[in-house]
Amino acid sequence: MAEFSIDRFVDRYARRTQGMSASEVRALFAVASRPEVVSLAGGMPFVQALPSEDVLEVVRQVLDEHGSLALQYGGGQGHVALRERLTTLMLEEGVAGDPEDMVITTGAQQALDLVGKIFIDPGDLIAVEAPAYVGALTAFSAYEPRYLQIDLDDEGMNVDQLEEAFVRGERPKFVYTCPNFGNPAGVTLSYARRQRLASLCREAGVPIVEDNPYGMLRFEGEAIPALRTLDPDNVIYLGTVSKVFSPGVRVGWALAEQSVIQRLVLAKEAADLCGSSFNMLVTERYFAGDRWRVNLATLVDTYRARRDAMLEAIGETFPDGAKWTNPAGGFYVWVTLPGWVDTRAMLAAAVERRVAYVPGTAFYPDGRGTNQMRLAFCYPTEERIRDGVARLGALLADEGQLYRSLGG
Amino acid sequence: MRIGVLAGGRTPERDVSLRSGHRVMTSLSELGHDAWLLDPADAPLVEGLRARRPDLCYLALHGKEGEDGTVQRLLHLLDLPFTGTAAFECEIAFDKVLAKDALRRAGVDTPVWAVVEDSALRDLGAGAALDRIVDRVGLPCVVKPSRSGSALGVTFVEHATQLPAAVMAALSFSGAAVVERKVEGTEVAVGLVGAELEALPAVEIVPKNGAYDYAARYTAGATEYFSPARLPGDAAAEMTEVASRAAHALRLRDVTRVDALVDADGRPWVLEVNVSPGMTETSLLPMAAHAAGMSLADLCDRVLRSTLARS
Repeated sequence: MAEFSIDRFVDRYARRTQGMSASEVRALFAVASRPEVVSLAGGMPFVQALPSEDVLEVVRQVLDEHGSLALQYGGGQGHVALRERLTTLMLEEGVAGDPEDMVITTGAQQALDLVGKIFIDPGDLIAVEAPAYVGALTAFSAYEPRYLQIDLDDEGMNVDQLEEAFVRGERPKFVYTCPNFGNPAGVTLSYARRQRLASLCREAGVPIVEDNPYGMLRFEGEAIPALRTLDPDNVIYLGTVSKVFSPGVRVGWALAEQSVIQRLVLAKEAADLCGSSFNMLVTERYFAGDRWRVNLATLVDTYRARRDAMLEAIGETFPDGAKWTNPAGGFYVWVTLPGWVDTRAMLAAAVERRVAYVPGTAFYPDGRGTNQMRLAFCYPTEERIRDGVARLGALLADEGQLYRSLGG
Repeated sequence: MRIGVLAGGRTPERDVSLRSGHRVMTSLSELGHDAWLLDPADAPLVEGLRARRPDLCYLALHGKEGEDGTVQRLLHLLDLPFTGTAAFECEIAFDKVLAKDALRRAGVDTPVWAVVEDSALRDLGAGAALDRIVDRVGLPCVVKPSRSGSALGVTFVEHATQLPAAVMAALSFSGAAVVERKVEGTEVAVGLVGAELEALPAVEIVPKNGAYDYAARYTAGATEYFSPARLPGDAAAEMTEVASRAAHALRLRDVTRVDALVDADGRPWVLEVNVSPGMTETSLLPMAAHAAGMSLADLCDRVLRSTLARS
């Protein structure tokens, strides 16, 4: 008799890999990537809107002017020219920062990983909004935290719940939030709550991790001051050019006080020595001058029209009992359905009808969200969005009929 | 020979199938054949076949279309020999509603079951008969889509109140759900290969988390396997005999895998048969072949010879 081990290193892997397993949802996404399926699942920026001649021009400039620099290793903190450029970019949202207090990362995703690495010991408590960006949860989970989940409503994170936890004596290592048109809920943390969150965390001595990938994709209304501006010393601010330029260059950053930045730089160097010099310099050149403003305005107009198409279609086709958020920017609408709907089980039927979404459970660490789904309006055209949403609406109506036929 | 390996397709098992197909293609190349992958989702299949004119098609498609007779019928129309079971028998084998009935008629034990059809629920008020299902099948039970693979859409039900949600989950994958009694016992798979469908040593499946679900199947290390299965001598022989009876009853060809449970009394209960068993690194059939001293190339060669002997 032979015992078969599919993976001969199975007893060698670290405990933190145990949560990494094959999933049915991922299997279904393999089908959803077919062109005839309207994917409302992925949050892919509409990079086609970026004029390729603009990119070509900056790439040529970089090679002409800084060729040897661009093709060489750089420092772990990232090129100073880019850090300076990004501080001016952040000022567009009223966030002031010193280039010395910044580290360039491989997308903001790496910053999330590095934050986890320097703050979380196994078993530590961290507070996250619920639902929260799935990529943040997977980055943090590798460091084996316990989660304190703070519910969201239309004004963003329910700060009362956090206060109650503080009163109970809980002291999470940090609080994670995506306050502007957040992923996945599309809601924005109100100014009043930002002020309360900042002062609560300051009093409790708990740092805030403010993840702001979508802030510059505002479709209407006035921008709300960043948490970072309310309490610069206590907020680790994460930015990215993925949504305003290109996710392909993998340029993000963290802005925090020196003690944090020094640790992040060491962690970054341990992970990958330094970011891509070439991509950093290309990004720096792209944000020099004003062409990026024109391109960003085009993107915002495109996303606004797509958001409008999605909200209108949802209103027309989704059954009674469905609730959804009304994002003033960003990429996502978050839908809450009656409690009997299981969006994970329903995904197969949705893909069969040629539409895909992300089931809500992905965005909670504890399996909640079975009756919720994230719909992304960033990538498909308005017409495709209307088609896709209508297919989902029809499916939900059929599921309702089926549910009632089963005695529900 | 020039062999088109059909893999991929438009089902949730697409990734698994592509992995199976790659391994089959490599093995066929090792055997000296000119083998290449054909993914029906990449390009229209008929055009792909006309462009490169294979002598034979090796089917490594999993799930609907690949296992339900659709592709087989098309290849038959094109006069192209293909590995595995013919269209009509595929259609029966792939559909648990039909296959379980056919097995029972052939005297093969399969756990007690009932069927819930989407159309019966919508049009005939079948929901009011759910309590009858619980009475007949008993609890705990397993709810499965009638036409799907890799344990997708499968739910274990402990309490009657969980049944409606489990039925809806299964119906998301297929027009009918099979509600089956949960037999306690040792989970085994028996591979059969060649013109006479000779049984390979049974593989015993021990999922670490208890259930052999999608994650347990495709996450390396999530399940332990033993081959030959650790069954008492009589039970092992009985299992092999029953698997063979099941395969012959359903008139399967060339290669198949019979999934079963052996209860505490050593009695085998057949759960399903697979006309296109997985050939990935974590698949059961290559494991069984290995236990029999065969490489993956040997296995593919046996399948090929069986196909050629027929045509």
